[in-house]
Amino acid sequence: MGSGSSLAADVSMNTILSPEDQVKYMDPGVIRTVLATTKTVAIVGLSPKPERPSYFVGSYLQSEGYRVIPVNPRATEIFGEKAYPDLLSIPFPVDMVDVFRQPEECVEIAKQAVQIGAKTLWLQLRVVNLEAAQIATDGGLKVIMDRCVKIEHGRYSGSLHWVGMNTEIISARRGQRYF
Amino acid sequence: MSVIEVKVPLMTQQKRKFGFETRMLHAGHIPDPVTGARAAPIYQTTSYVFEDTDKAAQLFELKQYGNIYTRINNPTTAIFEERVASLENATGAVATASGMAAQFATMMTLLEPGDEIVSSSHLYGGTKTQFTHTFKKLGVTAHFVDPTDLEAWDKAWTPKVKAFYGETIGNPQGSILDIEAVAAIAHRRGVPLIVDSTFATPYLCRPMDWGADIVVHSATKFIGGHGSSIAGVVVDSGKFDFSTYPTIAAPDPAYHDLRFYETFGHYGFLMKTRAVTLRDTGAALSPFNAFLLIQGLETLSVRMDRHVQNALAVAKFLKAHPKVAWVAYAGLEDSPYHALAQKYTPRGPGAVFTFSLKSSNARLAGKQFIESLHVFSHLANIGDVRSLVIHPASTTHQQLSEEELIEAGIDAGMIRLSIGLETTEDLLWDLDQALQQTSA
Repeated sequence: MGSGSSLAADVSMNTILSPEDQVKYMDPGVIRTVLATTKTVAIVGLSPKPERPSYFVGSYLQSEGYRVIPVNPRATEIFGEKAYPDLLSIPFPVDMVDVFRQPEECVEIAKQAVQIGAKTLWLQLRVVNLEAAQIATDGGLKVIMDRCVKIEHGRYSGSLHWVGMNTEIISARRGQRYF
Repeated sequence: MSVIEVKVPLMTQQKRKFGFETRMLHAGHIPDPVTGARAAPIYQTTSYVFEDTDKAAQLFELKQYGNIYTRINNPTTAIFEERVASLENATGAVATASGMAAQFATMMTLLEPGDEIVSSSHLYGGTKTQFTHTFKKLGVTAHFVDPTDLEAWDKAWTPKVKAFYGETIGNPQGSILDIEAVAAIAHRRGVPLIVDSTFATPYLCRPMDWGADIVVHSATKFIGGHGSSIAGVVVDSGKFDFSTYPTIAAPDPAYHDLRFYETFGHYGFLMKTRAVTLRDTGAALSPFNAFLLIQGLETLSVRMDRHVQNALAVAKFLKAHPKVAWVAYAGLEDSPYHALAQKYTPRGPGAVFTFSLKSSNARLAGKQFIESLHVFSHLANIGDVRSLVIHPASTTHQQLSEEELIEAGIDAGMIRLSIGLETTEDLLWDLDQALQQTSA
């Protein structure tokens, strides 16, 4: 983990959120804080199929040291972790709820995330539901929306840069993990 | 909570969109964490030691971002790629061994046998040859249209067409592509607009700001700037919906049925270009060349301002010269492309243009002119810091038939100039003395 120094940038590409909602739901400071403080991530809609996007994200987070809890009623175990049918069934606290479901399912997921005392609700790229975001915000959660947790982790840890992607980060300071 | 806050101090975020010149110098390069080296280091290595077997497997399955093999990616090349992407306002980029490789990789990624493309006919001769003959061997048909005839683009479309292609500043006519209008037609037909923006560079025109989806460059030219390195780059806006493109959206058997578009979304096209096309066709950029291109990018805006300033001075001089028949530079007010140039390249429509000698024997006059020059270098390139000259009918476009030459807008006495950064008066002197030795 890096020293968490300040960072001046405008990370604003590849989103369908309005500029006002971008300020609320994709603030780089919030994202970096979440990536640095989260230990346990429940992924709602994590697929057991290795070729699916959710599996890519889940296995990536696991290899980066996070504990990943699958939430999928049709799975029993994914990459060595027991799967739960819903958030309420998880018998221990989780820090972040990461969502790979349709936007219309997010209100219920947000309510459950508040109920289990999660600290962050993260809705993946194009999983946009402003009502769900408001429920989680009112429940005291940090909310990140229309971003991919793997891409953001890669952006601030430096690895996204290796594949020629525009991280939108500008810095003349010595390299470090920016979270 | 307080314990966590001690471990992670303050993460302030100052929201700022940095300017073009700042990004030209900083984008894609954060100083080395160990040495603090300020200039971009050259990672002259073929391969990278894996952390462990699990991480290695994840890299090969594309589940981790990282360096595997320099044919696929390299840390020096990545600086160049991210910097170009930033300057084009794009989501990312893939560097290639040449400009020809960049457009070939783009088409190889998008197309299958039986597919077709619609392309502007105002093209670099090598591109025309690649599209016509090499693509034919791959079962791909190219339809060529006059880029200034907007209806022609739409008429040439068929259900098999998978891409529209054009040059920001057409080589060698100097025509300006109406990017916004052609992109609108392409998008109505559900295909991406690919623009070769070599002549403009991201400083003079950013095609994606006008709706282009993919931009390719021969980075050999103004981006490198010094005539030292052959290179290309594919840049993607990340905005085109490739979900109906089987080459990008369908399960890829070479990657355990990975669906690139579903998994990587806005960078699915680029991941496929890198992990499949570049891997399999092998036209990777050398890290040392990437380093030289990074040096070039750092002074791009300063050089381009001077290139266009000199180009306009030369164009005006030739226009007024009694031995010159015509000058085709969109920076001149009477050019048919002047209005489009004002819109798409307000700082100046590049530094490459053509003119023709007034002579009863154009081929002979062309030869006399070129052999009388002292400052202009006679060679087959453009976009050097030095001024260059060539006679297209006998060199760059010599593979074309007489009919194709006419279609490409080239006449036998036409001379192409690429204006460099020399003292303006020296360029005018050189052209004038050479014109005086040219027979009428």
